Amino acid sequence: MLQIPCPWCGPRDETEFHCGGQAHVPYPAAPGELNDHEWGEYVFYRDNPKGTRAERWMHSGGCRRWFNVLRDTVSYQVLAAYRTDEPRPAIHPSREEAGAPR
Amino acid sequence: MAEPTGTGPLTLRRSPLEHLKDTMRAASVSGASGVSLTEWPFLTMVDVRVAPGSAAAVRIEHALGTPLPLRCGDTTASGPHAVMWLGPDEWLVLSQEDGAELTDRLRAALGEDAGSVVDVSANRTTLELRGPAARDVLEKGCPLDLHPRSFGPGQAASTTVGPVPVVLWQVAGAPAYRLLPRASFADYLARWLLDAMREYGHEAEAPLGS
Repeated sequence: MLQIPCPWCGPRDETEFHCGGQAHVPYPAAPGELNDHEWGEYVFYRDNPKGTRAERWMHSGGCRRWFNVLRDTVSYQVLAAYRTDEPRPAIHPSREEAGAPR
Repeated sequence: MAEPTGTGPLTLRRSPLEHLKDTMRAASVSGASGVSLTEWPFLTMVDVRVAPGSAAAVRIEHALGTPLPLRCGDTTASGPHAVMWLGPDEWLVLSQEDGAELTDRLRAALGEDAGSVVDVSANRTTLELRGPAARDVLEKGCPLDLHPRSFGPGQAASTTVGPVPVVLWQVAGAPAYRLLPRASFADYLARWLLDAMREYGHEAEAPLGS
């Protein structure tokens, strides 16, 4: 069970949340000029990193607000949670290593 | 509960848990590990959305006679009203006052500013779980930390009890909790709580092997 620190409600169990996939996917600047392949890439193609990944989560069982989470895809450790109007926090790689559960 | 008198819609309405009233009364036990379950139907509930700290929020606070709580878990109260935090710009006002009158007053306070005031009294019903074993019953299915060091009287939070989303409000340290499930989930939640309550209230019986 993950504990996710909602920026408004504090740490809550994973069961209260819904994951909304990768965060920071920019909407096309000129959507009218995209061909089908480019639309397909925007809608369906996502990064699949080993390590830190930024995700959107929604606290559906609580305040019902969307926010972003930095999560390690190897250890599942939640490294940071931040509001959608805040910039992605810088996570130092060595701190991730030190803080990762065994 | 007294039957409503007179004519009109009030005589026709049925609370979501009316069919379980006798069952809940029969399952309630007193004593050192007692716990009781009752329904408080037809409370007025008004959902308020407004930017916190704005002029409209100040006017609404003035109309309610109490500030809007700004942190998750906090509640404020004034006379017949209690206000609980639902989100950074959303509150639930519980009141003994008539729903239409309160909604009109708060909508007038909001004026033309961005926000909304909606009477949601029919959305949820209110269950009260009270007694020394009330926290033990809830802890069987509530992911929130209900220990007095982190959740006490006057605090309320949206969470789940079993699989049912509720607003959980602790009203007394005894302890006593009020659970606000959506009306269509109330039957399931009441039966879930009745099942969770079954083991309590039997401290008078001699322990096995004595």
